[in-house]
Amino acid sequence: MTVQSVSLVIAGSGGAGVVTAGSLLLEAAAKAGWYALMSRSSGPQIRGGEAAAMLRFATEPIMSHDDSFHLLMAIDWENIGRFSAEIPLVETSLIVGDPAHGDAPAALLAGRPRQAALPMTAIAEKIENGRPNMVALGAIAAMIGLPAQAMQAVVEQHLKRKGQAAIDASMAAFHAGIAAAADLPAIPKLPAVSAASAPRWSITGNEATGLGVIRGGVRFVAAYPITPATEVLEWLAPSLAKVGGVLVQAEDELASINQIIGASYGGVPAMTATSGPGLSLMIESLGLAVAAEVPLVVVDVMRVGPSTGIATKSEQSDLNIAVYGLHGDAPHVVVAANSVADCLFTTQWAVHLAEAMQTPTLVLTDQAMGQARAIVPRPAELAFIGQRLTATAAVEGERYKRYAVTASGVSPMAIPGTPGLTHTADGLEHNELGTPSSQASDHQAQMDKRSRKLTQFNYGDHWAEIIDADAGPGDLAIITWGSSTGPAREALRRFSDAGGKARLISVRLIAPVQPEKMAAALKGISRAVVVEQSHSGQFYRMLRAFYDLPRDTRSLHQAGPLAFGPNRILEQLNAWSS
Amino acid sequence: MESCAQKRKYAAKDYKSDLKPIWCPGCGDYTVLNAITRALAELALPPEEVAVVSGIGCSSRIPAYTSVYGFHGVHGRALPVATGLKLARPDLTVLVTGGDGDGFSIGGNHFLHACRRNVDLTYIVMDNQVYGMTKGQASPTTAPDWEGSKLTPEGTGINPFQPLVVGLASGANFVARVSSSDPVNMAQIIVEAIRHPGFSLVQVLSPCVTFRPEQAEWRDIVRTAVVDVTDDAARAARRLMTDDGFNVGKVLYKGSRPPFRPEFENTDGSVAELEARFAL
Repeated sequence: MTVQSVSLVIAGSGGAGVVTAGSLLLEAAAKAGWYALMSRSSGPQIRGGEAAAMLRFATEPIMSHDDSFHLLMAIDWENIGRFSAEIPLVETSLIVGDPAHGDAPAALLAGRPRQAALPMTAIAEKIENGRPNMVALGAIAAMIGLPAQAMQAVVEQHLKRKGQAAIDASMAAFHAGIAAAADLPAIPKLPAVSAASAPRWSITGNEATGLGVIRGGVRFVAAYPITPATEVLEWLAPSLAKVGGVLVQAEDELASINQIIGASYGGVPAMTATSGPGLSLMIESLGLAVAAEVPLVVVDVMRVGPSTGIATKSEQSDLNIAVYGLHGDAPHVVVAANSVADCLFTTQWAVHLAEAMQTPTLVLTDQAMGQARAIVPRPAELAFIGQRLTATAAVEGERYKRYAVTASGVSPMAIPGTPGLTHTADGLEHNELGTPSSQASDHQAQMDKRSRKLTQFNYGDHWAEIIDADAGPGDLAIITWGSSTGPAREALRRFSDAGGKARLISVRLIAPVQPEKMAAALKGISRAVVVEQSHSGQFYRMLRAFYDLPRDTRSLHQAGPLAFGPNRILEQLNAWSS
Repeated sequence: MESCAQKRKYAAKDYKSDLKPIWCPGCGDYTVLNAITRALAELALPPEEVAVVSGIGCSSRIPAYTSVYGFHGVHGRALPVATGLKLARPDLTVLVTGGDGDGFSIGGNHFLHACRRNVDLTYIVMDNQVYGMTKGQASPTTAPDWEGSKLTPEGTGINPFQPLVVGLASGANFVARVSSSDPVNMAQIIVEAIRHPGFSLVQVLSPCVTFRPEQAEWRDIVRTAVVDVTDDAARAARRLMTDDGFNVGKVLYKGSRPPFRPEFENTDGSVAELEARFAL
């Protein structure tokens, strides 16, 4: 059955206030047993300014927004038109505004949504210390079927320190909002869910990223702030300290990548997080980590590029630099998370891959999933802990070979402090000992081993997430990656609910490529649509270069920051099956 | 363990690898390598507990010529690698070696912040006022009227960088200038630099006899500085700003700023506790 969900936006000029209101609603929804996703959008102001919290609630886990919103609750209208492209409204949508702030701007009315008034300011004024935000939340709760006691619990938790009077004032405004909602037109309501639902977490993609690397064993992080990756680092700073790790703020991204190279050479699993501009600066030293065989993880929370681009908004356009950016032949690993919750899995896996293969591993997430908060089923415990093959004792009569040519390509690594195994790790091409060498034979042998350790590694089933693999001879497939997976997943759901058959392949292991696994995944498929958020179709071109694709493969790509709605993808499937 | 290690006697040769340096005959860097190994022997540091980190350039080849742990990274980034290594492994003695181009041009920002951060490192810069590996271009410490490079045939026309003054202004905790022509003195100063907590900066006048043959005269020009070490950075900087760059052989500044050393705390925290904060 199609996902039962309700989508709404809270917008206004209150800056963080709007996002706080959204967060309260998200938490209350979780208490009511629902799942939820909240993204945020804000104006260019450093502080305050207009903001929009986009929320979707459902009775089962969701990983993307819907094609349009049922409700826009506007605390005021200031600069709200800025978000009109991000808030698709249709004829069944409802805009609720406060008459005290005048009429809705024309930019919001293109889809001919219904309109209604809620005098939030006037209602709030009648309550001592009452606030329009809480009136709005009350009205929303009533309209979508959120039980008042769920909000009561959240408000009590948040305002405990401010005292009972503050709690009472907030709840009075909330209940006044509920009462006022009786006069508003209806939007879809979600059914109540039994309290005994499965355990759930409330987490952002950036938090999940931080937790993933800690779970994987990272204990040294070098940090240089950059939007939208900063929250990964800010979450890690106090969290690492609690588990015996350290975060150091570096002077620039050149320093942060080289600090983690130094720490990892010293035997401590290390990572940093950045976004496109920072990744560009790190590229030369990522090549050093390839050549010197230093394990490390770099997370790129992608934003709109090129250059400074749109720093606060999402795009899947760093695929090329992540895969091809390094000079020389520089085999390394690139993985990509496909949802808020998957940031945890993928980053933990990345630490495991980096340590096991002694190689830099890039993780691609993006602003959309990094800064989104989701109510998700409690993530599973994972067995991936970074395990490095180390050399621990000198062998009598043998000189230690740091870069010994082995069958797996992985050479036992001596950690400084180990007697008898001193050596120099080098970015210069070298022989097995690590001695610089310009011999063709040494270059060939070392290139072969660096490549072999990646191609022979057993990545298991994690290379991709495949849905409806056994759906029978339905010959359609969606191939996608990263945050385009959310809407693709939902498009597939709608397609199969309507009797269609298709398969979804979301690639998590971007490099090294897995042609055999892809061939198996594409068995029986004759038509495929490749979905991604990049202007030039970077993913499509990469698939074309490395994989045998079905004869009829189409590219559905668009530049950020607007995400695909599920129906955009569904249209292609429907066009094929009609 | 520790008393055992202290009792062991080491000779300078115990810290040398069997690799033959790529340097030109007469290069000042030979004696710097000797002085480093001599200093390590005097400190009786077990080779496996020492790491030498470098970037790119003639003098950055030093790690492979030693028998301690070495890391030879990319151009200009030796200090951040060493910073990460020392912070992750405070038990190691970490030295950084390199040249004036690597340290003060491409790596200039890291130099400033390494001084500021004051991690317990010893940075030995072999200053020959030229890029040797790329065959003779002006470096940040080259005089503005040097016309020996095809890249800047009229001279650079810009004033040379003053590494020790900038180092003092940025917070280096130990500053010395030595000459490669006196390896015994150099070794003693390196011993002091390693012993001194925090970021120690040692500038070595180390001639490039190939691209700056006139630097062969440095051995006759240099003189022992007639100053005593000070803990007053302003005083040390004033002296340096008024000398001609050839006063060598002395520690010029020793500060007492505690090194930057974030603790890997022994904590009762656990990953499960971090996860619990997300649970509803």
